[in-house]
Amino acid sequence: MRAVIAKLGQALLLIIAVIVLNFLLIQIAPGDPADVIASASGGTTPEIMAEIRAQYGLDQPLWTQLWNYTTQMLRGDLGQSYFLDQPVSSLIAARIGPTILLVLSALLFAIVGGVFIGVFTARRPENPVSHGVTIFSLVGYSMPVFWTGIILVLLFAIRFDVLPPSGMTDVKFSGGLVAKVIDIAEHLLLPAFTLGVIYLAQYSRLSRATMLEVLGSDYVRTARAKGLGERTVVYKHALRNAVIPVVTIAGLQFGALLSGALLVETVFNWPGLGRLAFDSLLRRDHPVLLGILFMSALLVIIANLLTDLAYRLIDPRIRVGG
Amino acid sequence: MKKQRWHLLVLLMALSLIAAACGGGDEGSDSDDADSGESTDADASESESDDEGETDEGADEGDGEASGEPVKGGTLVIGTTQVARHLNGLVQSGLATATPGSQVFASPLLVDADFNFQPYLAQSWEFSDDGLALTLNLVDNATFHDGEAVTSEDVKFSIETAKANHPFVTMFGPVTEIDTPDEQTVVINLSQPHPALLLALTPPLLPVVPQHIFDDGEDMKTHPRNSEDVVGSGPFKVVEFNPSEVIRLEANADFFLGAPNFDELILQTFPDSSSLNLALEAGEIDAAAISSASDIERLSAVEGLVVTPDGHHGLGALNWLEFNLTNEFLSDQNVRQAIAYAIDRDFITNALHQGYFSANPAPIANTSPFYHEGIETYDLDVDAAKQLLADAGYADGDISLKIDYIPGPDAIQKNVAEYIVQALAEVGITVELNQVADFPAWAQRVSSGEFEMTMNNVWNWGDPVIGVHRSYLSTNRVGVIWTNNSGYENTDVDELLNQAGQELDVDARKALYVEAQDILADELPMYWLNNTTFWQAYPENLQNPPLGIWGVMSPMHEMWLAE
Repeated sequence: MRAVIAKLGQALLLIIAVIVLNFLLIQIAPGDPADVIASASGGTTPEIMAEIRAQYGLDQPLWTQLWNYTTQMLRGDLGQSYFLDQPVSSLIAARIGPTILLVLSALLFAIVGGVFIGVFTARRPENPVSHGVTIFSLVGYSMPVFWTGIILVLLFAIRFDVLPPSGMTDVKFSGGLVAKVIDIAEHLLLPAFTLGVIYLAQYSRLSRATMLEVLGSDYVRTARAKGLGERTVVYKHALRNAVIPVVTIAGLQFGALLSGALLVETVFNWPGLGRLAFDSLLRRDHPVLLGILFMSALLVIIANLLTDLAYRLIDPRIRVGG
Repeated sequence: MKKQRWHLLVLLMALSLIAAACGGGDEGSDSDDADSGESTDADASESESDDEGETDEGADEGDGEASGEPVKGGTLVIGTTQVARHLNGLVQSGLATATPGSQVFASPLLVDADFNFQPYLAQSWEFSDDGLALTLNLVDNATFHDGEAVTSEDVKFSIETAKANHPFVTMFGPVTEIDTPDEQTVVINLSQPHPALLLALTPPLLPVVPQHIFDDGEDMKTHPRNSEDVVGSGPFKVVEFNPSEVIRLEANADFFLGAPNFDELILQTFPDSSSLNLALEAGEIDAAAISSASDIERLSAVEGLVVTPDGHHGLGALNWLEFNLTNEFLSDQNVRQAIAYAIDRDFITNALHQGYFSANPAPIANTSPFYHEGIETYDLDVDAAKQLLADAGYADGDISLKIDYIPGPDAIQKNVAEYIVQALAEVGITVELNQVADFPAWAQRVSSGEFEMTMNNVWNWGDPVIGVHRSYLSTNRVGVIWTNNSGYENTDVDELLNQAGQELDVDARKALYVEAQDILADELPMYWLNNTTFWQAYPENLQNPPLGIWGVMSPMHEMWLAE
């Protein structure tokens, strides 16, 4: 119990550090929201610029702004967007769902696909198909996300015209719930594949190496000696152990997956947090950007917690060891 | 049991998908379903205009003549990379707000592709003999989306709000008082003749907003009704305002010029031009503005799509090289002229812009009635450039400068800046490309006067009083972007611009602008390169496409798709 409280305390300190550091880092960037609003207007006046800066407290000393922001955050108020003039919490709430959907889809695709490829290539290491799959996954790993995305759009949306090029739904869509689910799923395929393919390569390499090691271990030999079928040996005994490192890495990489989502969301016009963060950075919309960074930190902490829980489900030894 | 745990992630995913599907996109505001207001007919807009205007009703669409009987119904999806902060164009200028804003709000006047004014909420208008008063006679059948009548008080309130809040202060600067003798008459009194006033009364610049909603003591810049439950009197009503993704508008059946042809108009936002163009190519969206030569070329090959430079010519977006006149080298006119001679404008337009954007060697856009065709163009002449540098005492090329540019699509600014670095090296001027991360960083360097030379892109906004004077008047060195950032000062130019800003006779006004442009071309606070006003793409069966001077910032009630 004491350990849990200590961990929570650490997490709280971490969050405060995230708030303060992010706030200070953002201030280093030159220019401010008044410039961006002037740009959107095609012109401005000194009076309007001064008014905008006063309205958002940007004319206050930096430490006063930091104090105001930190206390406001501790009250649970993420503030108001400078550019869109909407509460940050509602902007984030509208976009966190699409991001989670995209990231989870990519993660599921990467883990399931990666483990499958890993097991397949480990069982038949010299099979030409194994070599082909390994090369494919390495190519996937080497390609920049934005490039993969654009190539996929050109292929499947423009050349073959089988999938939509961007967005989460068809803006002209009208139909029932099932049709809408299908519409979203169609829009999800390309971005989820683009985001997941890098991790697919990593996980397939990892699970292949682990699987090779596990298949040569004593307990697998014993299982085979007992006369168990090959499927049972591989999928019931070996796979479970081979998956643990993949789950570990997947949990640790959740933050990276979120940052990868930023690029994918931009390429595919996916209405998630990543795109909002990108736009907010360019607009110097500090409250939105800080709110997203805060939420991302929370998500990473939660992902790490879930990874811990997943260990316990997969490996009884961890459960027993507590 | 354990297998079920493995299914947990799959289940979570499925739930997310369903939740997303159920979520809908109703963030932001919905227009109310207020109907009322009697059905109107287009004849109501027949004008009794004086010599200031024509009566060619709804002629805002330029020369994209429609053929056949309009087909009612359907949806038009327009892609954009611009995010509207809100829809109230009285306190927020710019394309992002004005495009949907011009569909939601009506204005006193329209302007056609040839800069002729046309009736809209005002069925006729007349300047007094001394030019110090403009009388607008409003139609009597226009209603807001909530059913309230549009009256002279709404027009008065809108002009006063714009005068107090709009960033283009010159639009209504000379307005002293507004009289409303009756519900259909507005008299705008001026401190001086103001020829730009008529243009300032057109859709992107003066949306008429309902006084009964906005005159409640709230700050107009942050008024909640700017983006929630928006009420105008234009051809379309707001259904969904989620500007980072989509702005959904539906036809206003009670529009005073008759219900629009399209049932629905959707503005879909894209993060960049690449994803927008891919969507256009895939047929996900119908129309968009295009700003780079490579995109124009690519989309021109798409079957069924018209790609044209026509429309938006009132914007007059100019690319120029701006000099900081406080710089020790650039304060010398010979050095500035030498730089101009060393740059090959034809290479910029023909090679870098692939011939899609025209040369514009003057401070006023080549699409404006006040453009000076005979201006000094400083065609490439390396010998002349070297001679001028020698005259200035820099024969050995001891000049070292930095050049900035507006970060964004490289084709418009960065590529040109890189070429200028090379071109000036030919005459012995060393130029370093100063790369900044994004627009705010550039804006800070320019507005604070830290820059030495910068590429700039400034819009004329239809009338020189609005978009041209601001860069040259010595009184407008106010330390914010897109004002007189070069530090230019010439009392003769000040006088000429101020006179032209008050001259109601078009020919006499042009003569004043020609004289001012000649002085500017001689003194060169900037070296004007080319017109970058965007092209547009739309389906070839789109009738009455937006080819007026304001392009998509004009009401789209007359558009329809031929079968």
